[in-house]
Formats: sequence, structure tokens, C-alpha cells
Amino acid sequence: MATVSLTPAKKAARSTVALKALMAVTGLIMLGYLIAHMYGNLKVFSGRASFDNYAHHLRDIGEPVLPHTGLLWIIRVVLLVSVILHAYAAIALWRRARVARGGTKRYVSPKARRGVQRSYASFTMRWGGVIIALFVIYHLLHLTANVIAPGGAAGSPYQRVVNGFQIWWVVLSYTIAMIAVGLHLRHGTWSALTTLGANTSAAARRRINALAYVVAAVITIGFLLPPFGILLGLVK
Amino acid sequence: MNITLRVWRQPNAETEGRMVTYGVENVSEHMSFLEMLDVLNERLTLEGDDPIAFDHDCREGICGQCGVVIDGQPHGPLQTTTCQLHMRSFADGAVIDVEPWRAEPFPVIKDLVVDRGAFDRIIQAGGYISVPTGSAPDAHATPVPKTDADMAFDAATCIACGACVAACPNGSAMLFTAAKVTHLNLLPQGQPERYSRVAGMVAQHDEEGFGGCTNIGECTAVCPKGIPFETISFLNRDLLGSLIKGNR
Ligand code: HEM
Ligand code: SF4
Ligand code: FES
Repeated sequence: MATVSLTPAKKAARSTVALKALMAVTGLIMLGYLIAHMYGNLKVFSGRASFDNYAHHLRDIGEPVLPHTGLLWIIRVVLLVSVILHAYAAIALWRRARVARGGTKRYVSPKARRGVQRSYASFTMRWGGVIIALFVIYHLLHLTANVIAPGGAAGSPYQRVVNGFQIWWVVLSYTIAMIAVGLHLRHGTWSALTTLGANTSAAARRRINALAYVVAAVITIGFLLPPFGILLGLVK
Repeated sequence: MNITLRVWRQPNAETEGRMVTYGVENVSEHMSFLEMLDVLNERLTLEGDDPIAFDHDCREGICGQCGVVIDGQPHGPLQTTTCQLHMRSFADGAVIDVEPWRAEPFPVIKDLVVDRGAFDRIIQAGGYISVPTGSAPDAHATPVPKTDADMAFDAATCIACGACVAACPNGSAMLFTAAKVTHLNLLPQGQPERYSRVAGMVAQHDEEGFGGCTNIGECTAVCPKGIPFETISFLNRDLLGSLIKGNR
């Protein structure tokens, strides 16, 4: 490759580090969305009217500056672009890493397969990411399009949620997905902030890791409260 | 003590390698790992066998030549160079697996010896300062803040052994590259080439076929010089900075 003639800025833009930064930024955008989404979901605990009003209100935020459902569509486009760029970068780096490490059978010795200090979450990023992507499709077909409607289809968002989560296997499928998300965010939050330059000392490292644990726990538990609340009959 | 070694034997780059088992008797626990290999090699030579090829030079932990994967861990169970590892770190009767660094950009030349020329080419892409070096200037001629001097010095202790690559699940050489970038980019003499250095070295790192860093940290955990993890964030900052400031 004739990289000699490129300016430093162009070389930098084509690097694996820039690709990682793209992953970090798109990942953090999706994380920001997840926090808002989780907060919205918790409104099922304040009843049907509150939840359905909230779902409805999302469609007219920003009016009349934005058209009806305008903000919703902006969010959808930003998220779709983020998912695509994030997955593109993940796959590009995944393939590169597989070749670089010298294939799947790296060391014959079975004695240090789990590494020296690495976290369990760091093992789950790639296949966990695939599970999350598949889950997102399933989830949109379930609660957005309502094409998959276990427990019966419904016009009211509240009713869709309640119908679905009265069924144990629906709750189980969401539980598995949210554990995958939690693990992804445990390593992902840490990794994103480090990629963007925040790992500046041992103390910073401790703080970023603590933050990553909190983010992962809050998201996982926060998302799982409504399904379990419904399954256990606390929300009807 | 008596031990059993399972060693990767590979006659040359073209031929497939395999693990071969050797018993080594009467090993002193005060021997270094390389001295133990020397003893085995003397015996193999006397028996008319091909001695096991491995890299080494200073044997005092400063040159970065030695380095093999012992029981799946680069440089073995202690965070030191292979030449500074002693047999007392192993139990009597142990079965010890010995393999070369594994990474696509580090092809095996023979047995435990790999070609680390990729590191030289990363250095050639920016790991230097383009000024004529005369005699050493007065130490206080150019003041450097203490924290920068300390960090630059820590980074400068990298001996380019390659253990970070051998440990990295992505086959990334980011810790090595970051050590070299941090060392020069923190010091006044490194400033004129700050952004061309980081962009050039990272581009060469990628060009050599090393993987991308995913901040897993196995590199710093095996690094015999304890190169700090934060050098990688330092490199990332400068690389992102060069997107804006590197237009010349
Ligand atoms: C399309 C499916 C997805 C795939 C294949 C995927 C895969 C990955 C991979 C391989 C990494 C890098 C892991 C590492 O650094 O070790 C990563 C990082 C990350 N992911 Fe995902 N992911 C997906 C979806 C998501 C979603 C939905 C979110 C939203 C919460 C997310 C948030 C993050 C964050 C914040 C990072 C850290 C970025 C960084 O490493 O700098 N990912 N993802
Ligand atoms: S960073 Fe550490 S492990 Fe990597 S080459 Fe330098 S001294 Fe060796
Ligand atoms: S032989 Fe020089 S560092 Fe081990």
C-alpha cells in the first residue's frame, strides 16, 4: 500500500484506532438511547394511562418545529446508522484479529486459555453482539410491529407489553438478551472510554471500571424489572 | 528437580511444526529457564540431535531478544523476561509447555525463534527524532515537567520483546507502539513530529497485519517492563488529535 504519500490525518483516519473510535462513539450513542428507553419502560409501574400517554407523547415532542413523529424518526435514523457502523467496524476488526492472532488454534498448551487477568465480559463481545443484534430484530417485531404477538396482539402499547410478559418463555428470552447486553456494556463502556483516551492513570482505570459495572447493572436490572413485574403479577 | 518439557519443534518456516516431549533430569532450581534449555541442548547435540533454537542475548532482562510462551503465557508464570525466570518457579515433576510467540506478523523462523522485523518497521515509521544528535546537552537545558519525564521514562523502558503481541487475543501490537509513541510524544524533542509520528507508526502497525486493540489488558499483565496501560489511551488521544492537526 502506498501510504507514504498520505498526510498524517489521512493515515490516522484509515487506522484501526479510528475504526475503534467509531465503534466507541456509536456504542455510546446506543448506550444513551438504552438509558432513555429503560427509563421509559419503568413507566409501566405507574399504570396503563401513564405508559400509553408517554408512548404517545414521544410522537409529538418538538411539534410544531418538528412534524408529528419527527423526533422519533430522527432517533430511529441515528440509531440505525449507529448500529450499521458499529457492526461494520466490529466485523472488520474481528476478521483482522482472527488472522493477526494466528488462527483459532493459537497455543497448543491448554494451561492459560482464560488469559491472565481478562474479564469474562471481554470474551462475550463478538458473539454477544450478534445475539444482541438478533434480539433487536425480534424485539422490534414483537413490541414495535407486533408481528410476533405472544399472548395476543393489541393496539395499546401497555397491553402488548402485559400480554407478552405473562408468558414465561418470553420473559426468559428477554432475560438472556439483557444479560448479553449487560456483559456487552461491562466491557464496552470501559473499552469505549479507553479508546477515546480516558484511561490516563491507575486511578482513572478504577473509576472507569466502576462506572462500567454500574452502567451494566443499572441497564440490565432496569430493563428486567417490567418483564418480571408482569410475570409475577405485580403489573396487570 | 526433574521436569518434562513439551517443546515446539519446527525445522524452518516452510515445514509444519509439532510438540516434542523431552525429559530433563537433575535441573537446579537456581538455573534460569534459558540455562535449563542450554543443558538440554548440550545433551541433544551429544546425541546427534538438532538443538532447540531460541533467541537470547543479554540474559539480564534488558535486550528484549529472549521470549517464549511457557504454559500458554508469554515469558511464563512471572512478569519478567524468560532469561530472568528461574526453575524455582516450577514444581519438581512439572510438565512445561514451551512455544514460540504466535502472531501472523511474527512468522516462525525455526523452533522457538520468530521474525520480529515488523517491530523494526514500526520504529522506522516514526519511532525517532529527526535532529542531528551531537554530544549530550546539559540536563537542565530543556526543562521537562516531572510527571511527563516519569511517564516518558516508564514508556521508554520497553525492550521490544513482543510479549504483548503474543498475549493479545487480537494479535495487536498496540502496547509496544503506544510505549514508543508515548516516550517521544511526551518530551519537548518529540513535539515537531508528534502527529506524523503517531499516524505513521499506527499505519505501519496496521500494515504489518497486527490486530486492533480492544482494551483487554493481557499485554500489560505479561509485559516484563510493566509498560502502563495508559500509554494506549495516550496513543489514542494523539491519533485522534492527528485527525485534526495532522494535515501537513
Ligand atoms: C449489531 C450488533 C453488535 C455487535 C456485533 C457488537 C459488537 C461489538 C464489539 C466486537 C465490540 C468491541 C469489543 C471490545 O472492545 O472488546 C463492541 C463494543 C461496544 N458495543 Fe457493541 N455490538 C453490537 C451492538 C451493540 C449495541 C446494541 C450497543 C448499545 C448498547 C453496543 C454498545 C457497545 C459499546 C458502548 C462498545 C464499546 C466501544 C469500544 O470498544 O470502544 N453494541 N461491540
Ligand atoms: S510493551 Fe512490554 S511486552 Fe510489549 S514489546 Fe515492550 S517490553 Fe515487550
Ligand atoms: S536475553 Fe536479553 S532480555 Fe532476555
